[in-house]
Amino acid sequence: MLHPPVTNLPIKAEVRNFNFFYGNFHALKNVNLPLCEKKVTAMIGPSGCGKSTLLRSFNRMHDLYPGNRYEGAIVLHPDQTNLLDPRVDPIEVRMRLSMVFQKPNPFPKSIYENVAYGLRVRGIKKRSILDDKVEEALTSAALWHEVKHRLKDMAFALSGGQQQRMCIARALATAPEILLFDEPTSALDPIATGSIEELINELKHQITILIVTHNMQQAARVSDFTAYMYLGELIEFGNTNEIFIKPRDKRTEDYITGRFG
Amino acid sequence: MSSSSSSLQTARLRTEIKRRRRWDLVFIVIGIFALLLGLMTLATLFIDMLIDGWERLHPEFFTSFPSRRAAHAGILSAWVGSLAVMVVTGTVAIPLGVATGIWLEEYAPRHWVTNVIEININNLAGVPSIIFGLLALGLFVYSFNLGQSIRTAGLTLALLILPVMIVGTREAIRSIPQSIREGAYALGATRWQTVQHHILPYSLPGILTGVIIGMARAIGETAPIITIGALTFIAFLPPPPITDAPPFLSFEWLEAPFTVMPIQIFNWTSRPESAFQHNAAAAGLVLVAMTLIMNGLAILLRYRLRKNIKW
Amino acid sequence: MSTTTEFLVSERLARRNSRRLAERLIEAVLFAAAATSIFVTVGIVYILVTESIVFFRHVSLIDFLTDTQWTPLFDDAHFGIMVLLSGTAVSSIVALGIAIPLGTTIAIYLSEFASARMREIAKPILELLSGMPTVVFGYFALIFVTPLLQRVIPDLSGFNLLSAGLVMGIMIVPIISSISEDAMRAVPMALREGSYAMGATRLQTALQIVIPAAVSGIASAYILGIARAVGETMILSIAAGMQPNLTWDPREPAATITAFIVQVALGDLPHGSVGYQTIFAAGLTLMLFTLSFNILGFWLQRRYRERY
Repeated sequence: MLHPPVTNLPIKAEVRNFNFFYGNFHALKNVNLPLCEKKVTAMIGPSGCGKSTLLRSFNRMHDLYPGNRYEGAIVLHPDQTNLLDPRVDPIEVRMRLSMVFQKPNPFPKSIYENVAYGLRVRGIKKRSILDDKVEEALTSAALWHEVKHRLKDMAFALSGGQQQRMCIARALATAPEILLFDEPTSALDPIATGSIEELINELKHQITILIVTHNMQQAARVSDFTAYMYLGELIEFGNTNEIFIKPRDKRTEDYITGRFG
Repeated sequence: MSSSSSSLQTARLRTEIKRRRRWDLVFIVIGIFALLLGLMTLATLFIDMLIDGWERLHPEFFTSFPSRRAAHAGILSAWVGSLAVMVVTGTVAIPLGVATGIWLEEYAPRHWVTNVIEININNLAGVPSIIFGLLALGLFVYSFNLGQSIRTAGLTLALLILPVMIVGTREAIRSIPQSIREGAYALGATRWQTVQHHILPYSLPGILTGVIIGMARAIGETAPIITIGALTFIAFLPPPPITDAPPFLSFEWLEAPFTVMPIQIFNWTSRPESAFQHNAAAAGLVLVAMTLIMNGLAILLRYRLRKNIKW
Repeated sequence: MSTTTEFLVSERLARRNSRRLAERLIEAVLFAAAATSIFVTVGIVYILVTESIVFFRHVSLIDFLTDTQWTPLFDDAHFGIMVLLSGTAVSSIVALGIAIPLGTTIAIYLSEFASARMREIAKPILELLSGMPTVVFGYFALIFVTPLLQRVIPDLSGFNLLSAGLVMGIMIVPIISSISEDAMRAVPMALREGSYAMGATRLQTALQIVIPAAVSGIASAYILGIARAVGETMILSIAAGMQPNLTWDPREPAATITAFIVQVALGDLPHGSVGYQTIFAAGLTLMLFTLSFNILGFWLQRRYRERY
């Protein structure tokens, strides 16, 4: 085993012997990774190391494009569902796991409709339910007070940081089991980044979070566990403090101390 | 959250997903049906003309003049006329269109004049063809006194397809990466040398695609030619371009009256006797074959182009 | 030493000057070519306007717009353009009633559902459809579609706006589908991924995310389709008859603006007569309609291009 079991905390999901291929390119090699429940796990590594590929495997985004192939399993607890099983409907997977993207991607709709989108997709039409869930989600995303009087405005009208928080609200509205973040602050300024990081720290009390980040300081600030990936392999996984203070692997140390990447 | 309520929720979610997926499937069926409807219209049109016109498609049909008796009528003057008009159209429209395309892509300054020219070309592309016919009637026929001749028809169609040529040329030139231009300029080439040695040769297949599509459009155009008042009963050919006396070349054919394929088809279609409609179908087949071959060539060219060149 | 260098420099300079002259000449020729297109427009506007001015000296603008008869070639001449506009409007509505649903469905299917391979095969075939000579479509409408429709609608006349409109609609499908598809494919993938990540199906993503995002491009496709329908000539001249008829019933024969111009051009009208000028007034009306549709269409198209 590459990494010893780090904790005896409850596990929400587990990546087991996972391989991923883009056509003939072997992008991820035999990855094993646990996600602890209601903790933040960060994936770091130089660009092209496969961290985003792994994240996007969780909600089967790769199914949208031809020529991608999975091997192995991503098991969701407690029901032991293998998310990658061809018999498991990717749409159901995406309903259970939400994702926040690199660049804020508001839909060309009002703020309200953006947040309500996931609920509408599930066939919820009742206005009172939608109203409640939208308010709840926007409150959790620390955006409610800024937008409560302009819910009918187009989402494009928000600032970049607000848009990203709205996208987080959109992801939260459907009460997902895991929240996936794909470099959520890479398109934002430092102040907006700060507010998103603060939000992640709040959210981990309610939900399991997996975050890909390019920014090591960010990983150190927001995560409980860190996985270091390099060239499609998981090099090291452990408590964030341990990884940053005394990494066991030379390659991790080189990356963290800024010798490359 | 108890496990039984969550499994109930999952079950409800699954029925919802199943319902949505069914709609996806329904739409795919509708989409394919819509595509097939277009395709089937094309096929029906072709088969209908084949049934109606097949028996008339013997060699004499191509070598006979139109006649009052349907069984003797042919398309000799029509296809020769189409060919002659196309020569004029191509001679005018190709250089003009390609030059305009080059100017717009390689020379045009960011300037209001350029904007006006660009907007103008976009608008011209949307002007109905019959308006070009009115232009030709007022300008070429009655102001310049060019007559209802091959020359007038060729010029009219040239102006009509000019936007197609320009857009085709511009798209072909635009697909050449900036680095090629910078490479040529860095070696001290002038702007025209860059165009002549690099831009034109590399964009030639693309330009050719636009040219063929434009010519295919011109050969099927009817309305502007009717508008200039072209005769429909022509039982003679224009004078030949090559003569036996010096200077061996004659341009008299430019001034000759003429008919073209689509006019001949229109003429036969509007006759009440069904025998003439068989002629119309046969001539229609020939015209469709011409445009299909030209368009097919253009599509093939574009396809090869996309496969071969990877900048 | 100084003299030789000077000599060399000046010779090189001289050569460069002559080359510069040639360059400028070429640029001037290319510019002249580009400017031709302006003269075409100027020519169109000039011819249409000058002939129409003469026309409106004989016919008042009010009669032109309000008269309910169009009999320019009779002794009791009436010039009510409404008559021709009704034919144009009815045939265009029939055409767009076919082309918009079909074209949009095809665009959604090709952009959001079909594989790249399917798209590569389907698009050129559609292009062939729009590249067909319209005279052939006219033949098809008259000889094939009308008899077919007469079996279903017994009182359908031999020339009618319905079959001409239907065939015209099929012809316009590729215009609408190709511009709409371009607009949909210009919608960034990030937006689609956002929707899929929420658990949306393809159809939900297409209808609720992609179409709203591409709406101005799709609208411009519709408007360019309208412009094409309004300006179409041969299908209507052949299959809808050339009799002026103020009607809103697609089962009836009626002349459109374009068919009227064809009808006059087929006859032998003396240059300078009112009848001759009528076709320019009709042409000017047509031009004003298509021009405004085209400008609106391009404006919308530009708007969606600038969005992303």
